[in-house]
Amino acid sequence: MADVLKPADAAQVLDAVAWAAAEESSLEVIGGGSKRAFGRTVQAAHRLDVSGLGGIEMYEKSELVMSARPGTPLAEVEAALAAEGQQLGFEPPDLGPLFGATRGVGTIGGVFACNLSGPRRVKAGAARDHFLGVHAVTGRGEAIKAGGRVVKNVTGYDLCKLFAGAYGTLVVMTELTFKVVPAPEKVRTVLVFGLDDAGAARAMSAALRSPHEVSAAAHLPAKLAARSGVVRVAGARAAVTAVRAEGPAPSAEHRCQALRELMGDLGEVEELHGRDSAVWWREVRDVAPFVGPGSAGGSAEASADGRAVWRLSVPPAAGAEVVARVAAVAEAEAEAYYDWGGGLVWLSLAGDGDGGAALVRAAVAEASGHATLVRAEAGLRGAVEVFQPPSGPLAALTRRVKESFDPRRVLNPGRMYAGV
Amino acid sequence: MQMPEPDQDVVARRDDLAALLCEIVPAESVIADDDELRVYECDGLTAYRQLPMIVVLPETTGQVSRILGLCRERGVKVVPRGAGTGLSGGALPLADGVTLGLGKFNRILDVDFDNRCAVVQTGVTNLAVTQAVEHAGFYYAPDPSSQIACTIGGNVAENSGGVHCLKYGVTTNNILGVEMVLMNGDVVRIGGKHLDSEGYDLLGVIAGSEGLLGVITEVTVRILRSPACARALLVGFPSSEAAGDCVGRVIAAGIIPGGMEMMDRAAVRAAEEFCHAGYPLDAEALLIIELDGPEVEVDHLIERVREMAEDSGATTLRASTSEEERERFWAGRKAAFPAIGRISPDYYCMDGTIPRARLPEVLKRIAELSRKYGLGVANVFHAGDGNLHPLILYDANVPGELEKTEQFGADILRLCVEVGGVLTGEHGVGVEKRDLMPTMFSEADLDQQQRLKCAFDADGLLNPGKVFPTTHRCAELGRMHVHKGQLRFPDLPRF
Repeated sequence: MADVLKPADAAQVLDAVAWAAAEESSLEVIGGGSKRAFGRTVQAAHRLDVSGLGGIEMYEKSELVMSARPGTPLAEVEAALAAEGQQLGFEPPDLGPLFGATRGVGTIGGVFACNLSGPRRVKAGAARDHFLGVHAVTGRGEAIKAGGRVVKNVTGYDLCKLFAGAYGTLVVMTELTFKVVPAPEKVRTVLVFGLDDAGAARAMSAALRSPHEVSAAAHLPAKLAARSGVVRVAGARAAVTAVRAEGPAPSAEHRCQALRELMGDLGEVEELHGRDSAVWWREVRDVAPFVGPGSAGGSAEASADGRAVWRLSVPPAAGAEVVARVAAVAEAEAEAYYDWGGGLVWLSLAGDGDGGAALVRAAVAEASGHATLVRAEAGLRGAVEVFQPPSGPLAALTRRVKESFDPRRVLNPGRMYAGV
Repeated sequence: MQMPEPDQDVVARRDDLAALLCEIVPAESVIADDDELRVYECDGLTAYRQLPMIVVLPETTGQVSRILGLCRERGVKVVPRGAGTGLSGGALPLADGVTLGLGKFNRILDVDFDNRCAVVQTGVTNLAVTQAVEHAGFYYAPDPSSQIACTIGGNVAENSGGVHCLKYGVTTNNILGVEMVLMNGDVVRIGGKHLDSEGYDLLGVIAGSEGLLGVITEVTVRILRSPACARALLVGFPSSEAAGDCVGRVIAAGIIPGGMEMMDRAAVRAAEEFCHAGYPLDAEALLIIELDGPEVEVDHLIERVREMAEDSGATTLRASTSEEERERFWAGRKAAFPAIGRISPDYYCMDGTIPRARLPEVLKRIAELSRKYGLGVANVFHAGDGNLHPLILYDANVPGELEKTEQFGADILRLCVEVGGVLTGEHGVGVEKRDLMPTMFSEADLDQQQRLKCAFDADGLLNPGKVFPTTHRCAELGRMHVHKGQLRFPDLPRF
């Protein structure tokens, strides 16, 4: 059984990593542990649990900036922001329930380490776009910092972006500074019912091309829409395409009306307001359609349906095509829904064999983009590439970047790629 | 400012290298004649000049790859260059280096409205991207003031901003992919038309890497639908505190303007004399606040911001009622630099960023420094995002004045760091701020950044002498000094 090291501050993180590097040992780095099953299985001698490094260190509302230690629960960050009418612009998902954990366990460190962004990514950018400054310990056992607390900064390499989405394989972050944004005064969601995937792709594209500043665009086929907790969505027994307008009240209402007119020719149109709208986008954000029935609160059985869940990042207009290609060959029924106007596809396939790896990657390759096996049994995650494997010179560059921060492969070895 | 000592062996073999380059590109694309090289002796930071050893102007990615491979094999340094409009000396040539000009990469390869992006070659100008998509109501958001001339590749290298970046982000937030050639000749493609690139976010470190990591040959940029309407407020204040207070109120109210620019009295006067924009000459600080979006939103917010400006003590306040009037409001701001150029023989443009709320204090201390050095200063400020551009007025013909100006500038940047800001918001470190890097970063920070460079350029041949005050060999940086043994904190909780 691996040792668990639980540092209480940045100095202890430094000691732990320096020790592991000196011993040529290895560390699995975890925060809340909600996404431990995301990525390849880490074979590490010890676990470094940074959940003891918690707390918001600085929040200046009028400067739109916050600093927090990595183990701060995302829920704590969001509550502090909500109290001041602000929010994280990139709408981070809570993937805990998808992995069978309870809601609200994830930490701010985990959100940035995995670069998790929700529906507003199409307008506001990804987590990495909001990540301004960082203090961290490299795999060499050295404390470094990068970035700052201001939005405009080109002083030195932008290492925050590199650490966002590195899944803890380069550094252990000990303090994160990020941009926050005002919460919109009013939110309106326009729904269109009954579109097929290709029609929905065109509708979402039209909305995103319009001047109506759409802040989210998603499509669920009828079978998945039926799993929604929003009665008007589930009760429609039809596919649902949704676009969102947010902003000052007169503007959100005006644009909602304009979007209704834009989408009205395509099918029956409805609006979601208030709580219904919030619940719908939370479901889209948190991959609720694949969490499993009756597991809104999360349970260990949530992922026990044995299906593999893939996340595809593709050119938005190509999403439906890619899914059609997979569905045409998948032996068991493929289920898919779309976020980011079609650019983010959540795909569920039978978890046996290679979990669909070969055909998913082949379909994505035709469109450009990449596929990540987000949820699968450990055995499958050990047998196929979880993250899109880089090829040729990019693979070599990826290895050299890893070596520049963590030459002895102390931090989360193999979490992204074998040898990285 | 010291540049690395030129390698005389390399310089001595200039003709050999030129001949080999002529095997890769046509002879007219290789420049080794001192008169013709003169054009390339500096970038927008004209205080520093150096003739390059050779200039080569490739036009395909394959040629770039072969040129870099050749230079690496022969241990020759390479300086990439776009349009040469950079303001920090990032494209300053090296006496023993090849300047790789990318101006011939000037084609727009693909405009894709369905995926809201455009694929362009690295030498396409910033403005040309917008011009290629504006017929369909789209534009490319980052708009540095040099946008007529500066190239997309240069924008990526410097992570350029502009007046709109408070709302729409800087270059790094508006690009989806690049094709890039490494110093070893490897061609890598990172990202594409999809939103999140795969693997490590290398795109994120390439943006703002100042030509030290690779040579960018192609960029996929995000294009945005142009706002339906834009209106601007022109507001005069009796003090910079009052203007700063107004900026704080707007942001705290949850309003993110499309642009929010501040000018101090000196800048206002110079601009007004130059282009008669109708600026209030009695104001100590002037704000231009632009709201953009649907008409109903803009009209609504203009009224709210107007109230806030009044509450902050505005002495003059005008809201644009026509596109022509809006443009007139901006004309003075956009002409601020040339306007300053008219009232002073020379000026030196600084580029620090500070937390917005510290502005009044920073302006006060800049005024003190101005008195100490006996040099005038005018301030323009991207008020929304805290990016300050003090323009120091000096005369290069007065012996010692440039040196004094540089010291004044360095003091301003140290001040920015002291109040929680950074050395450069959008112009880059280059050679200009290189030696100030230790005011912001420890040796460990800078060593780690250089280790990252080593991952891209193991021999340190790509744009050396920029960004880092001291350069170390990669082998030396890679060494680990480890002390085997126990944890220093024996009470570290273990389970």
